Amino acid sequence: MTWDWSAVSDFMPQFWDGLLVTLQALALGSLISFVLGLVWALLMRAPSRFVRWPVGVVTEFVRNTPLLVQLFFLFYVLPEWGVTLSALTTGVIGIGLHYSTYTMQVYRAGIEAVPAGQWEAATALNLPRIRTWQVVILPQAIRRVVPALGNYVISMLKDTPMLMVITVLEMLGEARLFAQEHFQFTEPLTVIGVAFIVISYLASLLLRSLERRLVR
Amino acid sequence: MSADTPLMKEPDAHTNPPVDGSELIRFEDVTKRFGSNTVLDRLNFSVDSGKHVTLIGPSGSGKTTILRMLMTLTKPDEGTVSVDGEKLFPAPEKQLREVRKKIGMVFQQFNLFPNMSVLRNITEAPVTVLGMSKDEAEARARELLDLVGLADKAGARPTQLSGGQQQRVAIARALAMRPRVLLLDEVTSALDPELVAGVLDVLRDIARTTDITMLCVTHEMGFARDISDQVLMFDAGRIIESGPPEKMFSEPEQDRTREFLSAVL
Repeated sequence: MTWDWSAVSDFMPQFWDGLLVTLQALALGSLISFVLGLVWALLMRAPSRFVRWPVGVVTEFVRNTPLLVQLFFLFYVLPEWGVTLSALTTGVIGIGLHYSTYTMQVYRAGIEAVPAGQWEAATALNLPRIRTWQVVILPQAIRRVVPALGNYVISMLKDTPMLMVITVLEMLGEARLFAQEHFQFTEPLTVIGVAFIVISYLASLLLRSLERRLVR
Repeated sequence: MSADTPLMKEPDAHTNPPVDGSELIRFEDVTKRFGSNTVLDRLNFSVDSGKHVTLIGPSGSGKTTILRMLMTLTKPDEGTVSVDGEKLFPAPEKQLREVRKKIGMVFQQFNLFPNMSVLRNITEAPVTVLGMSKDEAEARARELLDLVGLADKAGARPTQLSGGQQQRVAIARALAMRPRVLLLDEVTSALDPELVAGVLDVLRDIARTTDITMLCVTHEMGFARDISDQVLMFDAGRIIESGPPEKMFSEPEQDRTREFLSAVL
């Protein structure tokens, strides 16, 4: 096996394209998982079990089936029902939905960790329930869960190569394409491997500084 | 401490009607059980408007439960609780909200909102619940902070304050809602001994200069003697003796009361 620097430089244009797609998928997927996870967590605290029960079943189902199967389903079955989305959009929704079923657990733990005394003080001050969530409970809960949410961002990053199977040309997709065209596997795969490490490392730095700011 | 700051400048529409000494709080045959433990046992008592009533007795004798019921934080299993003639349980949320407007509570653990500044802790409810303007609420919050001796802490976070300071902010926060009744649940129990006096001084001021009805659960007997019109001695979920502080602390009738007082004094 020989290392060919010219293959690395040849791969670069495709690599940048792939990197951009990976980052897009990661950013949008994270955003969806953060928002949707919070929605699930709040719905699970609804007073009516006719809300909690279906939400519980759906999220349990999504959490316990493979992301890969969900991606195939969204990509090949939805169009049969008349819903046609681009590959990247499908991928972002798939990954965001899948991870929202994990982030909901994180939010739940964060909400439960807010001391009962905070709810009681809000009641004693006669704050309306929605306002209590907005200004008392969620700000404290979310502050607590940032580290755990951050870990899921890094997991999500490592799951983005799955989008390749639904034709999204993220980093792995571009690497495979390059490899097949040039019969050079080592260089493109090494490059994207390094890129994954660098992105996770930068993300964890970002997270740590965010944590420090929130803990104050 | 600015003891002579008038706390209530003028009675305003939705809060302080003139005190007429009429009955404000009534417990009728109230029973509360936690599992097999009966914390309140067919309890009856009432409190007239403007009175300061202290609840004493051993831990677990149901004193805190009474305050929590009035604040609608816990429900009785049997019996009725009414405030200003309105029954609390069962009552629709809308009616509970009306009743809560009349009542403020200070907790043993302060329960300030750690994500807000001291000022915002005090202004949040007046603005959202009473519909006060932000400026008015802030001006009033600063007056109250001055009253509790923390005028310079408006911008601080609760976590930057000592326990005694946090509790004084909590008192200011409760007063900002202009309650007719102030419930004080062992407000000095979580404090370091040297911080207790500052908090009690603030409460003495409030007791002396306002017409707020106070229900106070405390183990500070000197304080109870100073501020109370009436002392209720609890044991095993019942009031076993009650009377003015002079009588209760000097010549209690019940052995159990004497025993309890000699243990805590």
